[in-house]
Amino acid sequence: MSKSVIVIGGGIAGMEASAYLSAMGFNVTLFEKDEKLGGHLLNWERLFPTKRLGSEVLTFLKKGMDDKIKVHTNTNITKINSENGKYFVTNHNNEIFEADALLITTGYDLFDARRKEEYGYGIYDNVITSAELETMFLSGKPIVNKQGKVPKRIGFVHCVGSRDRKVGNVYCSKVCCVTAVKQATEIREHLPDCETYCFYMDLRMYGAKFEELYNEAQEKYGVTFIRGRLSEANETIDGSLLVKVEDTLVGRPLKMTVDLLVLMVGFEPSKGTKDIARILNLSTNSNGFIEVVDEHTLTNVTNQKGVFVAGTTTSPRTITNTIYDARAAAAEIACYLNLYTIESRVKN
Amino acid sequence: MADFGYKIQEDRQINYDSNDRTLFYFLKRVEPSISLCIGCGTCSATCTVGQFTQFDLHKIMLYVRRGEKVHIANEIKKCMLCGKCSLVCPKGINTRNIIFQTRKFLHSNK
Ligand SMILES: Cc1cc2nc3c(=O)[nH]c(=O)nc-3n(C[C@H](O)[C@H](O)[C@H](O)COP(=O)(O)OP(=O)(O)OC[C@H]3O[C@@H](n4cnc5c(N)ncnc54)[C@H](O)[C@@H]3O)c2cc1C
Ligand code: SF4
Ligand code: SF4
Ligand code: SF4
Repeated sequence: MSKSVIVIGGGIAGMEASAYLSAMGFNVTLFEKDEKLGGHLLNWERLFPTKRLGSEVLTFLKKGMDDKIKVHTNTNITKINSENGKYFVTNHNNEIFEADALLITTGYDLFDARRKEEYGYGIYDNVITSAELETMFLSGKPIVNKQGKVPKRIGFVHCVGSRDRKVGNVYCSKVCCVTAVKQATEIREHLPDCETYCFYMDLRMYGAKFEELYNEAQEKYGVTFIRGRLSEANETIDGSLLVKVEDTLVGRPLKMTVDLLVLMVGFEPSKGTKDIARILNLSTNSNGFIEVVDEHTLTNVTNQKGVFVAGTTTSPRTITNTIYDARAAAAEIACYLNLYTIESRVKN
Repeated sequence: MADFGYKIQEDRQINYDSNDRTLFYFLKRVEPSISLCIGCGTCSATCTVGQFTQFDLHKIMLYVRRGEKVHIANEIKKCMLCGKCSLVCPKGINTRNIIFQTRKFLHSNK
């Protein structure tokens, strides 16, 4: 009988790894806590760096999910035991599933912007998150603020909940700079008369085609970039927001009113990631994500034999890098189940 | 009256709700490459004028963007239009033309 793998978390990483494992002939069972597969991708309209539709990528992922893969949605995991190299996973109905290896792809949660009180999220009407702006784009409805007014000026605040020791997240979330650049240009496409401003600390345009998108934002779309971290936002009488920032390139304080303020919220390990790490006794790194055994050479391997990880479960990353990582994890698991373990290359 | 040494401090804030960005929009039209500036400072570092005076090209361009026109007219006169700044700019910005066009704008808007 062929060996079996249980995948926990049906986002991009879980779907793509399941597809590859099943295609390689393993018995795959995928658990997803929500109603639908897709994870965060379900909420994004257009993707950086190309602005193609997120739904196209989702269609691609779904096509990979052949009939042999047993998908259980709306499923919570309550217990995981291991015995003689086998894993036994219990769901909320007390049903027990058996597997030879586990793949954890429980992903990330968005930073709760209310924790940065100075930006007024949850207090002022017109402070929203980058994810909420995606929802507005997806809805296809006209872009208006809470008072129903078409915005004349929108500000984007980078690094909300990232690179911030005070909230406990020292790391960079990697995708929010380029998301801000993408969203600012989309606003200019929807509302050509609306000015857009990005308030940044550093612009991290590291990926293929990111710098091009940034150049285009400046030259074609007229997005203005102001280097400085917002110190505060205050609501004015008409619901717009007065923001204050040090323009660190000029070396002087700057203020402006904006009709909508978009907070580029960062990544945190998801509740599911933290729960599973606890249940399985997986090591986590200083940022709370699941730790891999070696950052360079054992990237999908955890401290527990037979338990593997992929995607944003280990650190923030783009869709492209999540897909790479899922395929790498599938290869890693196939090696393990065929009795070739990569650890044998590093341990003498 | 006795002078207690008190005075009214000028507001140092750049106020984006009241600043005048006409010069920037003019430059954007005649020399669109100005939008690409990332403030890296290579132009200022190569400029001979900047070596001996307070003249600082990338700051001037930034002031133009922020609608701060004060002092620009005086400053920009110092440039010799040698073009070294355009030579070194990594973004391929025609800085020399920006200075040239700024002078033209200031001249016709006197
Ligand atoms: C505003 C924003 C815009 C973005 N736009 C882009 C873009 O344009 N291009 C790009 O490349 N990247 C973009 N990204 C990044 C992208 O969202 C991630 O790379 C991608 O979602 C990572 O997929 P994942 O499968 O690792 O995690 P997730 O999408 O988080 O999926 C994890 C899945 O696991 C499930 N799960 C969690 N816990 C459990 C549990 N205990 N049991 C069962 N299931 C569980 C979740 O419900 C979810 O379905 C964006 C990110 C943000 C914040
Ligand atoms: S990608 Fe940009 S906005 Fe996001 S945390 Fe890193 S530097 Fe900040
Ligand atoms: S060298 Fe070019 S990009 Fe750098 S500050 Fe000067 S004009 Fe701007
Ligand atoms: S053209 Fe003017 S600003 Fe540029 S290097 Fe020469 S003197 Fe300096």
